[in-house]
Amino acid sequence: MLSLDLGFYNWELFTSYILKGLLFSVQLTVIATVGGIVVGTFLALMRLSGKPALVYPATFYINTMRSIPLVMVILWFFLLIPMLIGRPIGADLSATITFIAFEAAFFSEIVRAGIQSVPKGQSYAGEALGMTYGQNMRLIVLPQAFRNMIPVFMTQTIILFQDTSLVYAIGAYDLLKGFEIAGKNYGRPIETYILAAATYFLICFSLSKVVRAIQAKVAIIR
Amino acid sequence: MGIFCKSTLDGEAVDHCFSALLGLGQNADPSYLDWLLKAWGWTLAVAGLGLTIALLLGIIMGTLRTLPNTGGLSRLLVRLSTAWVELFRNIPVLVQVFLWYHVIPAFVLPLKALPSYWLVSIALGFFTSARIAEQVRAGIQSLPSGQRAAATALGLTTAQSYRYVILPMALRIVIPPLTSESMNVIKNSSVAFAVSVPELTLFAMQAQEETSHGVEIYLAVTALYALSAFTVNRVMALIEKRGRVPGFIAASNDSALAH
Repeated sequence: MLSLDLGFYNWELFTSYILKGLLFSVQLTVIATVGGIVVGTFLALMRLSGKPALVYPATFYINTMRSIPLVMVILWFFLLIPMLIGRPIGADLSATITFIAFEAAFFSEIVRAGIQSVPKGQSYAGEALGMTYGQNMRLIVLPQAFRNMIPVFMTQTIILFQDTSLVYAIGAYDLLKGFEIAGKNYGRPIETYILAAATYFLICFSLSKVVRAIQAKVAIIR
Repeated sequence: MGIFCKSTLDGEAVDHCFSALLGLGQNADPSYLDWLLKAWGWTLAVAGLGLTIALLLGIIMGTLRTLPNTGGLSRLLVRLSTAWVELFRNIPVLVQVFLWYHVIPAFVLPLKALPSYWLVSIALGFFTSARIAEQVRAGIQSLPSGQRAAATALGLTTAQSYRYVILPMALRIVIPPLTSESMNVIKNSSVAFAVSVPELTLFAMQAQEETSHGVEIYLAVTALYALSAFTVNRVMALIEKRGRVPGFIAASNDSALAH
């Protein structure tokens, strides 16, 4: 039986190894959530537009992204972006672009369901008032849709935060990598993997509790 | 796509793309196609074993979470299964793979004898079981409460009412979400690269490095992942069709594809 000693995990180790990774993971999560929701909303509007020239490209993009493992998407972007722009690109920037593009496909499905959950009478009423399509979406449909979607968005964000650990494939310095390097440098790989798991668990578990509380609130409003 | 008929040893074209796989000529160099297909086999092995573990544990845990509050034992089981779900769905799958590969065998020595792809499958299975348990729980709770009441009125024990009344209906309801979870297992099996299981993603990374024919190699790997996930989707649709109870559950495959 092996004995565990977590005494080596102190403030100095945290600030010199873990903090940098944690900040990158959080930053990647926030940028990919915001970017994914913006791009995803446009994809959802394309899918719901009823115009074949918009519906088919959006549907193809969404279905492709959803049927490929995220690790492969990360590798694809890391391979293709330098080919397209003609110079190498850092793992951090590549990961950020990848996650926005990948998450947009998932957020777009959430937005689409959200828009479809708004009663048809709402957009008819908007049209009857003489609103253009843009006004109708911006002022009537999307505000109601987004309120319904908040808990689902947050659940997706928790999954996204967990998924950021997959940037391991291209060697970006995220939370998991921080623990791994600390483990190597201190000669305590077993302990640092346990600490990594505990850290991810604490963050995701607390966030999911918050989501549940918000869900209860939104449910009353509906 | 000529790269796939080249030897993995010297980069020269081989006589036959399938040479080593078909056993043509004992001295034939293995081609990249041989390597690709072997890697696909590893992906299917990891995902298949992982899915089996996930379905077994997920259905058990999901069922336990819905046990009626009839005494100390059932309360304990509900708590245990709830803790199970929270634990395994709040840790990233890659971290769970590292735990099973690097950490747990240090404490549970017999695990050291297991091949590494088993450890990845266990990690993948436990991670997915938490998500399947949630789907199964939702499926059971979506049944009208009259079903359980009727079973009780007929004098069935709790175990009997689950076996003969609740689970047969609930498991049919959850087939669409289980389909997307099964497809997720195929996709998530790609994390096995991180502990050097020679599956598709690791093949993609290594062959890309060796050959600088990254685009062709990634295309082939991506297509095999999509093909595998699509096959799972069709098999589940078939199971759903075969198992359909006339007059119940107007099942839609769209919902499974959309997840």
